[in-house]
Amino acid sequence: MNWRRAAIAAMLAIPVIALFKRSMTRDPREIDSPLPGKPAPQFALPVFAPGQPPLDRKIGDTVRLADLRGRVVVLNFWASWCLACRDEHAGLSDVARQYVGKPVTFVGSLYQDSPNNGTSWIAEMGGQSYPSVVDQRTRTAIDYGLYGVPETFFIGADGRIAHKIAGPAAPWVIRRIVDSLLLVAAPGGASP
Amino acid sequence: MSRLWIIGCCAIVATSSARAQNTAPIVTPPARTADSALEARTSAVAAQLRCPVCQGLSIQDSPSELAQSMRSLVRDQLAEGKTPAEVKSYFVSKYGEWILLAPEPHGINLVAYAVPILVVVGGGAGIVFAVRRWTSVPKSVSAD
Repeated sequence: MNWRRAAIAAMLAIPVIALFKRSMTRDPREIDSPLPGKPAPQFALPVFAPGQPPLDRKIGDTVRLADLRGRVVVLNFWASWCLACRDEHAGLSDVARQYVGKPVTFVGSLYQDSPNNGTSWIAEMGGQSYPSVVDQRTRTAIDYGLYGVPETFFIGADGRIAHKIAGPAAPWVIRRIVDSLLLVAAPGGASP
Repeated sequence: MSRLWIIGCCAIVATSSARAQNTAPIVTPPARTADSALEARTSAVAAQLRCPVCQGLSIQDSPSELAQSMRSLVRDQLAEGKTPAEVKSYFVSKYGEWILLAPEPHGINLVAYAVPILVVVGGGAGIVFAVRRWTSVPKSVSAD
């Protein structure tokens, strides 16, 4: 009889403890994204911040994801009012320079902000190596399931979203992900 | 003759102005009705979608910029002819089921719907059982 009661108590307690453990060990701000593994939503957005040579694009040029097929794309959503974006900016800009000459494109996308504010912020931060585009109606951000900035999406050469980082992305993490995507993209899996 | 001519003119003017008065309300309301119907459908769908940057608010109730952009997208998609289910499905494909304030009743989500019913039924049964036990006459007493 006691064994039966103990078994029933255990059956009730184990799921509760499992739920408790799950909620205690995960970041409450982290929301699972259904996008990794799926084709990256297409976008065509105008450049407002040109970046620096050799990664620069002319202001007013349209950056189209469709034109970047076959390249690894690092898409970073940011805003001038975002404090965490300050933490990752210099590292992201440096990492972009390290991949000059490789099939990797870094693009910044301004989120719920004006190009004037974005331009001033870039100047204040000491410049940005890669170009930034503006998403005037926030449609691209919603297409990427954005819920805050910064968020960085890594799109493989096959046009699929491979990874997403919510919050400031550390340079070594960016490098590791980009390198792994370059390995996959290279013919025969050889080093690019 | 001239009197007849004047009366005829007046009749034509009166008829045409009456027509104008009658036709005006017929022309404008359908546009307003269509707009308000779309607004109502937008509100109904937006009330079911969670604002990603708020605490437990729908994009219908949230004043945040992201929620307003999402609401505008809901409106545009409905205006394009998408059904409310297709619009919700679009947001689920971007944010996951988390975006729905009430989970869809299928799979593991059924637990959220079944548990309250089971608790109510089980609790009710427990109360009935307890009340019967408390109010039942002991056998030894009834034997007397």
